[in-house]
Amino acid sequence: METAQIAHSGTLESNDIMITLSVRPPGSGQQIEIQSIVMQQYGDAIRQTITDTLNYQGIIDIYVKAVDRGALDCTIKARLLTAAARAGFKLKEDNDL
Amino acid sequence: MINAVGRELPDYLDGFGKIKPFNGAFATLPDMPRQSPKVKRMCPGNHKVLNDLEEVFTKIPIRDGMTLSFHHHFRNGDGVVNMVLATAAKLGLKNLTVALSSVFPVHAPLIDHFKSGVVAALDTNYISGPVAAAISQGLPARPTILRTHGGRARAIECGQLHIDVAFIAAPATDCYGNINGVSGPTACGSLGYAFPDAEYADYVIAVTDHLEEYPLSPISIPQTRVDFVVKTDRIGDPKGIVSGTTQITKDPVQLKIASLAAQAIKASGMITDGLSLQTGAGGASLAVASFVRKMMRETGIVGSFALGGITGYLVQMLEEGLFKKIVDVQGFDLEAVRSLAANPNHLEVGAGFYANPFNSGCTVNQLDCVILGATEIDTNFNVNVVTGSDGIIMGGSGGHSDAAAGAKLTIIVANLLRGRLPILVDQVMTVTTPGETVDVLVTEWGIAVNPLRNDLLERFKTAGLPVKDISELKRIAEDIAGIPQTNRSQGKIVAVVEYRDGTIIDIVRQVPK
Repeated sequence: METAQIAHSGTLESNDIMITLSVRPPGSGQQIEIQSIVMQQYGDAIRQTITDTLNYQGIIDIYVKAVDRGALDCTIKARLLTAAARAGFKLKEDNDL
Repeated sequence: MINAVGRELPDYLDGFGKIKPFNGAFATLPDMPRQSPKVKRMCPGNHKVLNDLEEVFTKIPIRDGMTLSFHHHFRNGDGVVNMVLATAAKLGLKNLTVALSSVFPVHAPLIDHFKSGVVAALDTNYISGPVAAAISQGLPARPTILRTHGGRARAIECGQLHIDVAFIAAPATDCYGNINGVSGPTACGSLGYAFPDAEYADYVIAVTDHLEEYPLSPISIPQTRVDFVVKTDRIGDPKGIVSGTTQITKDPVQLKIASLAAQAIKASGMITDGLSLQTGAGGASLAVASFVRKMMRETGIVGSFALGGITGYLVQMLEEGLFKKIVDVQGFDLEAVRSLAANPNHLEVGAGFYANPFNSGCTVNQLDCVILGATEIDTNFNVNVVTGSDGIIMGGSGGHSDAAAGAKLTIIVANLLRGRLPILVDQVMTVTTPGETVDVLVTEWGIAVNPLRNDLLERFKTAGLPVKDISELKRIAEDIAGIPQTNRSQGKIVAVVEYRDGTIIDIVRQVPK
């Protein structure tokens, strides 16, 4: 598997999320940084969605930066998967969490 | 103690006093005489025009702890509040109360006056911008009092808000203190929110940049209540005072909501001769007016009056003959100013006439229908327009609670989801307008009717409108967005939300920076 170092997906429009992935050396683990306009209400839910999606896809060593403008779960998942594909990860297609 | 909308309140609050709990929209009766300001005299040959604000302060004199009042018709173009408070700071005054009917981003210098102790308390009906955030962080020495537009008039007229000195931002005045809002470079239209201040303050000052020959005409605030006139170079920025034309929203979701709301008005049987209507200036609210206008044209209906904050859109409806009168407490755009100056059927009224619950009749009581917005609404139809769902102050009632209480049909129009946040919740963060005065919620996902209004429910069903139980609408929102976590601050009380009758309907607590 060939992976790029950094990949992006999404925008900073209202109801969207901008995901930036940076591939880390094996053993680094998942590091997730979230900024959100609904942090207080949905911060935990956003983190959960990102973690679940990464785990399902078997992406273990990664840095994720998520700048959220109130995206729904389906949007968060779609943007994250697109960024992962752009980073070169081969995705399982039935990502229905 | 717990009030009638289920909010836990202290019996007593430092810097405010004894708390009288909200007990129902019409449950509290007045038990006081009206306020009576000092009797004055003015001898022939005496003059009112002073050189500058400093002279006003020394002449009255303004002392520590006094209450200075201001009106908000200049909105984000106001220059008078900042000028007056800068003078107070320069003269070393402390512990003032500022009674400003609404606070805008332009009033950010208030924050420094809170910090330095020049201003200890704020009494207002609506706050936006940095001052709102500063209050949420607990900056002023005493809690802020958030009133309604009618409630502020009531507090002034019935003696709970005693004004030592009212500073009237005066677009046009003459040397003897007659004031109007329709001429001069800062013309703002109606001066209605300043009427109670002018009528009841111990001292009234006209601050102007436009002196006309005596006697001024028309006269909105008369010489008989004005003690001094101060002319300065500039009292405001016209660009922040009035907008060009207020536009109707082009957002398809908001248009759908507006269309549904108009159908609900029709189904309720209100599109008949004599219809009276209040809408806000917000996009969706104004869009409802456009759908109602179409219905009125199609059926040849002539309404009696449009009320509230007036936009060019309502002026067009007046000039087209769709309404016989406009009752104007605040104008939002240049068309509203022009119409008030030229059209005898466009009436300028004060805040008490508009919405004070404690007089022999205010105009909101004559409303058939009002269209209002909401930041949050709960399953008991209580509305929050004071705080965001994060608990930070971002608004206030303004006339929300007043119009809701007065109108026969109160419709809340709101997107079910704002960003990701459902606007429908189990309990709103801050109750502003009690659910018993709200009849209908219209969202893009359907219409919910207050169980107190089964008559409307039947009419809406008969008309084939998409009626849903309010709990079902809430479930739809949560299915889409997920259930939001709510985090209520336990910090100190930074503001009390006063219902229009003077009882306390809720409190706002400090939110850390």
